[in-house]
Amino acid sequence: MRKPVSSSRLALYHALLLGSLFVVWHVMTEPGLIAPFYFDDANQAKFFFGQPLEVFKRIWDWFAGGKIYEHLLVTLIETLLAFGIGTALGLGVGLWLALSPTASELADPYIKAMNAMPRVILAPIFAVWFGLGILSKVALGITLVFFIVFFNVYQGVKEVSPVVLNNARMLGANARQLLRTVYVPSAMSWVFSSLHTSVGMAFVGAVVGEYLGSARGVGYLILQAEGAFDINTVFAGILVLTAFALALDAVVSVAERRLLVWRPAQGETERL
Amino acid sequence: MESAPALALSNISVTFVASGAGGKTYTAVRDTTLTVAAGEFVSVVGPTGCGKSTLLNIAAGLLASSAGEVRALGQPLAGINRHAGYMFQSDALLPWLSAYDNVALGLRYRGVAEELVRESVHAWLARVGLSAHGNRYPHQLSGGMKKRVALAQMLILDPKILLMDEPFSALDIQTRQLMENELLDLWSADRKSVVFITHDLEEAIALSDRVVVLSAGPATRPLGEFVIDLPRPRDVAEIRLLPRFVEIHTEIWHAMKDEVLKGYAQTRIQ
Repeated sequence: MRKPVSSSRLALYHALLLGSLFVVWHVMTEPGLIAPFYFDDANQAKFFFGQPLEVFKRIWDWFAGGKIYEHLLVTLIETLLAFGIGTALGLGVGLWLALSPTASELADPYIKAMNAMPRVILAPIFAVWFGLGILSKVALGITLVFFIVFFNVYQGVKEVSPVVLNNARMLGANARQLLRTVYVPSAMSWVFSSLHTSVGMAFVGAVVGEYLGSARGVGYLILQAEGAFDINTVFAGILVLTAFALALDAVVSVAERRLLVWRPAQGETERL
Repeated sequence: MESAPALALSNISVTFVASGAGGKTYTAVRDTTLTVAAGEFVSVVGPTGCGKSTLLNIAAGLLASSAGEVRALGQPLAGINRHAGYMFQSDALLPWLSAYDNVALGLRYRGVAEELVRESVHAWLARVGLSAHGNRYPHQLSGGMKKRVALAQMLILDPKILLMDEPFSALDIQTRQLMENELLDLWSADRKSVVFITHDLEEAIALSDRVVVLSAGPATRPLGEFVIDLPRPRDVAEIRLLPRFVEIHTEIWHAMKDEVLKGYAQTRIQ
């Protein structure tokens, strides 16, 4: 087998790839560097795609000038609330429905319908119900996060090994102990894989909500910039959001490593 | 020995309704009676797919029989058999608990105080030779080690009846013989009643006081019982060389052969 690249070298490759992406972006959009090959005018590329240096300058201004913090705080609060509440609800309802066959059969068509529905269209309704503040964005985020976690918990409970379950029963577990020592731990490994997706979805809920109507938040900044054809600011907003989504995802990864130590890592060999 | 048997299955039948097949039924076990005396080691052998595990699940209370009665220590069985410990064929350890926590599980379910749990778990880990590996998770243990954890997990609750469903079938032959000797050692310390399911006749003879041979499925029933009068203590590797062992083996094999062929023919038809 070929030796995998060492992690420091991989980090270097990552940095190089990222750097070259920005260089390509810069070269393609800076007027006068290369002859225009698609647009008629050398300035058009810049208009449509923005310029990395301008984008970084915008981000710098935001953080140095302090303008971004208020908006970022709002977006992060919305995201975290949606993520937390959606995950808790998904976990609770998932466990309940997975362990109660009657409730699950009763709810099944509704769950299917709600999941098939493009839930982003609920955003205007939430705006009417909860106003243009934080609540309507949190509500949208919850509907997006809930189903991802819910389906994974449901699956996780259904996939509990019957042998492990019988073993716990033979050792004398009552219903509550089964839930605590068998169902929940088994569902958790599924939940964690879903949390990576739900972090992104919580951001989608927050930003789409802001985009549709708000007075604060990064989505609001992007909307304002778009209205003025300020493509650099739009890209700056996207980059900031991406960075924070990655940071949140890293937090989930750390929690996952802590809580799922029992899970065999792929290809891991253990010296005894 | 003449008091109430540790485990008595009387006239057990098990019929499964095949799901979605228009009321088609499959009779796995028919009219089977099996009695295990206190302190007796009974092996149940039979061709593959003959319902050995079904019978064991009935005794454990994990499965309800369609007809017949189960008595554990003289009491009719309803629900899980609280007097029995069960050792499964495949991995049944909780993968998210360390070896220590797996062994402690049954005591914790019973609400035993944590100091007593600790004492007991350390003693059992030592008895199965895993004192140094208590904080390992099941995926970090070898097959034989996992079986030893499973053995400690079951025995720590001091069940009167041990139900074992081909517990060592996944192990290589050397590890298997080691585990069999270890089981005999642990068993001879306080003579529990054992029902040991296996498809391996040699293993059955080497371990047991009595071997029950089941017919090929469906509608399995016992074909015959053979008392194993080999001396104890036994070493499973050496006992196979005794002339008496070979005699018993030949005798039981004659009784089984037709059924094994029948079972084989049936799996080929299906």
